[in-house]
Amino acid sequence: MILFWLILIPFVAGILAWIVARRNATAARVLSLAALALDLTLALGLWVRHPIVLSQQLRFGWFASLTWDWIPQFGIRFHLAVDGLALVMIVLTAFLGIVAVLASWSEIQNGVGFFHFNLLWVISGVTGVFLAADLFLFYLFWELMLVPMYFLIAIWGYERKTYAAIKFFLFTQISSLLMLVAIISLAVAHYHATGVYSFAYEDLLGTPLSPATAMLMMLGFFAAFAVKLPAFPLHTWLPDAHTEAPTAGSVLLAGLLLKTGAFGMLRFVLPLFPGPSRELGMLMMAVGVTGILYGAILAFAQSDLKRMVAYTSVSHMGFVLLGIFSGNELALDGALVQMVSHGISTGALFVLAGALKDRLHTRELDSMGGLWDTMPVLSGSGMVFAMASVGLPGLGDFVGEFMVLVGTYRTSPVLAILAALGMIAGVTYGLRMIQRALLGPNTHNWKLPDARWYERVVFGSMIVGLLWIGLYPQPVLKLVRPAIGRISQQAIQTLAMR
Amino acid sequence: MNSSDVIALLPMIVPSLTAILILLLIAIKRNHALVASCALAGLGASFASLWAAATVIPRSVTALLIIDSYSLFYSGFLIATAAIVVLLSFSYFQRRQEHREEFYALILLATVGTIVLTASRHFASLFLGIEILSVSLYALVSYLREGRLALEAGIKYLVLAATSSAFLLFGLALLYAETGSMDLATISYILMKPAAGAAAEIELAGIVFVLTGVGFKLAAVPFHLWTPDVYEGAPLPVTAFIASVSKGGVFAVLLRWFHSVSGHPGSPAWWAFVVMSIASMLFGNLLALQQNNIKRILAYSSIANMGYLLLAFLCAGAFGLQAATYYLLAYAVTIVGAFGLLIALCEGETEDYELDALRGMFWRRPILAGAFAVALLSLAGIPLTAGFLGKFYIVAAAAITPLWIPILILVISSTIGVYYYLRVLVPMFMVVEDGPPARGEGAPIHAIVSLAALIALIFVLGVYPSPLWRLIQTISNAS
Repeated sequence: MILFWLILIPFVAGILAWIVARRNATAARVLSLAALALDLTLALGLWVRHPIVLSQQLRFGWFASLTWDWIPQFGIRFHLAVDGLALVMIVLTAFLGIVAVLASWSEIQNGVGFFHFNLLWVISGVTGVFLAADLFLFYLFWELMLVPMYFLIAIWGYERKTYAAIKFFLFTQISSLLMLVAIISLAVAHYHATGVYSFAYEDLLGTPLSPATAMLMMLGFFAAFAVKLPAFPLHTWLPDAHTEAPTAGSVLLAGLLLKTGAFGMLRFVLPLFPGPSRELGMLMMAVGVTGILYGAILAFAQSDLKRMVAYTSVSHMGFVLLGIFSGNELALDGALVQMVSHGISTGALFVLAGALKDRLHTRELDSMGGLWDTMPVLSGSGMVFAMASVGLPGLGDFVGEFMVLVGTYRTSPVLAILAALGMIAGVTYGLRMIQRALLGPNTHNWKLPDARWYERVVFGSMIVGLLWIGLYPQPVLKLVRPAIGRISQQAIQTLAMR
Repeated sequence: MNSSDVIALLPMIVPSLTAILILLLIAIKRNHALVASCALAGLGASFASLWAAATVIPRSVTALLIIDSYSLFYSGFLIATAAIVVLLSFSYFQRRQEHREEFYALILLATVGTIVLTASRHFASLFLGIEILSVSLYALVSYLREGRLALEAGIKYLVLAATSSAFLLFGLALLYAETGSMDLATISYILMKPAAGAAAEIELAGIVFVLTGVGFKLAAVPFHLWTPDVYEGAPLPVTAFIASVSKGGVFAVLLRWFHSVSGHPGSPAWWAFVVMSIASMLFGNLLALQQNNIKRILAYSSIANMGYLLLAFLCAGAFGLQAATYYLLAYAVTIVGAFGLLIALCEGETEDYELDALRGMFWRRPILAGAFAVALLSLAGIPLTAGFLGKFYIVAAAAITPLWIPILILVISSTIGVYYYLRVLVPMFMVVEDGPPARGEGAPIHAIVSLAALIALIFVLGVYPSPLWRLIQTISNAS
């Protein structure tokens, strides 16, 4: 039941916030904050209690699961389940949701109610994506997070918001329709094999498929996840969407929506299609490395702060893709840590970019410079996040990238070396950003207010999060260990059975 | 003909009598509200009589009509949709000064035509049904005689519909000449077991001509050319009627007597349907990209939707039939909702339906505009709406058949579709600084109630399809 609450709370709070905002905008913000805090508490509670729950030996190693009949004619159930992998992502979701609400505290003044409605519904949809254990339900949530995200960009975005929002919607739509076709074909294949309709994740896992069919279906799933991730060359929606979105939108996009792509690969592509995943593994890793280098180089060339951060996302998510298809557990662990820490560090950079835009009314790096003198707290935290993004040891991203590199080295030394070059490129754009924006002479004579209370809260908690993952990632790794172990085991075992 | 036959025919007798009653009422005194409520009561009585008719089914009434659970189910759907159209028409015509009372008699007669279609089992009743429908629509399309567009639409519809009827008749004649039977079951049989030699060619020619007639009514490509002009020129309630009731009735015949073609992939008739389906999906969606008028966009979108529907029609077995029925219902609910909301949104504010008319509408009238957005998202096939589950069933049925190429085309074309639905959404949600303030007058209460019911139905069909799906299963198993 707790799983249902996790989805329902933001869902209902979204509607309430819309109603409340007609009278009082601040009430809507507080309400959203309270709902997300409640969500976070529930998720953390599950984390704390999970060893006890685990001893109950639920099927498939779930910590908790829930099944209601829904469309019995097709064996579609309202089936939610959580394991370590999903739990980590849900904690991240609720945390970044809070960050997004705080980040838009002063930025959003028009249509506050509808804004928070959309924001909370994105959170609800993303939570559903992480919890769904029925493929039909998964698709439903997958699409559901798209529409409110579209509105966030299209209504509260910057200059080219319409273009960016439509591009984002269309890229996602065509790829997820391909996934829908793959999901349905998989269920049909399962029906032909067993005579029973089912969309349940557990049931579909062992579906016997011919190699060619499996390959096509895997590509259907992969298309949807690769667009979200984004994998080179399907990333072109990302810089536009991230740049034009309001701060909260960018935080949610970079922090959560990209993660749903990686999550989908871990949850669905690897276990459901172990054969094709192995066969195409090298190709996927090469795509990942291309993304790392390409994203880093383009990030270096940007003069728009948000656009630069967007391209670093392409680069960092390349590491995740590389880790997922490296075919060993160390790299899978690394990919997961990278997902979490990238969510925090990039989310923080977008909040920073939003805070600067709010004060300077520009995102151009050239118009900045010397900001440290006038805004020490803001600039100091900015430097921490830039360093995290660069991969400074002691901060989250380093752990993830390092583990991915070590894991990859076992499979393909060449790709590991090329990917490591990406980390060096990362240093150049990170330092360039610090140099141009924060240090140097204050040629434009900026005199600006330093971080406000909610910005201090956001930055403080995000720095703590990054330090925690950077210095002591063990709790996270321990939580996801069984899930990751099962994923890699499934991939290997099912292969052996053929 | 005995009393049971009369009971079985009540659903079509009642609205016919109501139409006559309305004409008499008009002769005595013109009263818009009275006539509209009379039409509504007639449709309500007709809907109620379905249960009476259900006690005597299945029953063949003469050689012309068959009343069974299939025809009653479709009749119920058509009558309910027509009733909603009547409700929407009332507020639409309330603002206008034309002679508005005859409108309701015509709508009732057109509905009777579609009910005859759902029950027809003979060439004669098929033609009769289509003609009752068409003749009423000639008048309905150009009902607002003042407008130039309305006249153009009326003439266009008249000429093309008459031509297509001629094709239909010729096709039926050819089939009769070859088989010596006027039973519609003949068509089903021919499609299942095509004859050999010269007979096969005549039969095929007959089938193709019949398809021309039917395809015109459905506005499937390449018989779609009338659609955008008629949708644009006709009064909004009539457009909603054409998109839902008129197409629904014709599709009911097609589904019942032509569905056997889906069991014979590769036959010429099968190819004809495949080409119609694929061409409708692609051209409908591609041509919609060029439009700036909402009515024309919805016209092209309806062409594309007929393509999806034909794809479901091509799916073999009971599942194909069920998927097609579900999609038709989902589409009808959505499109009537969309047109109804367009009436509520634009009427009184503006007379034209260009995209710009919607600028900033969401911030002025959030509830109506939000509901319109829901209808558009349902047309685009976004989950939680009826349109999504409809498409889901189609893809599932097509994957079982299997029809991979059409599925792929559906994926591509419905992505194109999403683009133009977004084009309608974008101006609606635009923040306009100097937009005109909201007009004080809201939509009248009966329009609000029917629209709220439609929007609720869009969600119910998209979230909880089991009851309806079970009903459709029962019907398809019985027929």
